[in-house]
Amino acid sequence: MWRYSELLPLPADFAPRSAVGGTPLVASRKLAAKWGLKNLYFKNDAVCFPSLSFKDRVVATALVAARRFNFTTVGCSSTGNLANAVAAQSAQQGFDACVFIPSDLEPAKILNTAVYGARIVRINGNYDHVNRLCAQIADRFQWGLVNVNLRPYYSEGSKTHGYEIAEQLGWTLPDNVVVPMAGGSLITKIAKGFRELVNLGWVEGKPVKFFGAQATGCSPISDGVKRNLQRFEPQKPNTIARSLAIGNPADGPYAIKLIRESGGWAEDVSDSEIVVAIKLLAETEGIFTETAGGVTTAVTQKLIAQNRIKPEETTVVCITGNGLKTTDAIAAEFPATEAIAPRLDAFEAYLDAQLGTTAAVAKA
Amino acid sequence: MSVIIEIPTAFRRFTGGAPKVDCSAATVAEALNELTARFPDLSRHVRDDQGQIRQFLNVYLNEEDIRFLGGESCCLKEGDRVLLVPSIAGGSE
Repeated sequence: MWRYSELLPLPADFAPRSAVGGTPLVASRKLAAKWGLKNLYFKNDAVCFPSLSFKDRVVATALVAARRFNFTTVGCSSTGNLANAVAAQSAQQGFDACVFIPSDLEPAKILNTAVYGARIVRINGNYDHVNRLCAQIADRFQWGLVNVNLRPYYSEGSKTHGYEIAEQLGWTLPDNVVVPMAGGSLITKIAKGFRELVNLGWVEGKPVKFFGAQATGCSPISDGVKRNLQRFEPQKPNTIARSLAIGNPADGPYAIKLIRESGGWAEDVSDSEIVVAIKLLAETEGIFTETAGGVTTAVTQKLIAQNRIKPEETTVVCITGNGLKTTDAIAAEFPATEAIAPRLDAFEAYLDAQLGTTAAVAKA
Repeated sequence: MSVIIEIPTAFRRFTGGAPKVDCSAATVAEALNELTARFPDLSRHVRDDQGQIRQFLNVYLNEEDIRFLGGESCCLKEGDRVLLVPSIAGGSE
């Protein structure tokens, strides 16, 4: 992401110390064919470095600011991925880290933060409770909470997800972008990134439709768009897509405005649709994404069925986190199989039971 | 009902530095009105031109967002805490 340094709020003498971002834009073949789309791409931040989600981008810019402001302790309120990124990059950059999470966060996400040595404070509440507490903590302590008192620097990092999409498409903008929405910041910053590239003359200006994706169990922004509300109504989250479980999204009003003005739309999907979509993306494109990526994939399918995404258009689906972080969401789909003895005849018997005759397979 | 309004850092310059303001009110609406009557500079940060609570200002009654309690007309009990927490968001321009 540092190739876009001049477009980020960094000091003039900034020198990057480690690589972040620069993730693949995967041209879809099998899923595109299945969905009948000519030009479908997945922006794959499931493999973002160092902590396997797009949050690495926003933490990178926030920590540069933290250094400038002489913070020695940094932290965040998080649904998981942000805590992972803060813990990993704090370890790299030499900050103490204290992160705040809802107490029921997925075990993998907690481990993925703890391993780097960060202090984890589990809060009996949902993310909205955690976020409110962090606003109070930022007031009281001299800590750099990346998504609270460092937020202006933090949010700018998301633009690089958009810059990379444009560069990887050959310095051109897509027709449609489908973006998961938690707090609602990412979708607005991808749009800002695109606008900046147009202003610089690096890409030709054109209408881009922004589509927001949420889980039905936490869909204040999607609901606000679909019911054309003046103000969204906050919700109490209830979904396996915990990374998107923000019932009171701070950037919700901006996301709604962007979606409407761009001629896009928002949709939301059920927990079972999320699981189906995670498997679909893995089986067709070899991309294993977490529940947020399942949401975005499932919503894309819905938008195609609604004819809001057209077959001949260029569509980019934003995959924001790795599937290894939310394995509990899909574990029930893959019950353990029975082991066999380490003998050829045992395997032949296994194949017979699974597929039919051994002879047919041996001849192939 | 005598209640306490907790003032976020960003607003304390309008309350003479006070982090908490005591007031007497029957509903959250009355409490906010008493607050802005006492500290008029705070008014435009609390309410918009239509008189509604500004969208980016979150108001909590004890632990709960007032939007889950029916809005600012919700009733107060003795000793309740009204917490103001501005949202941190934006930066798209």
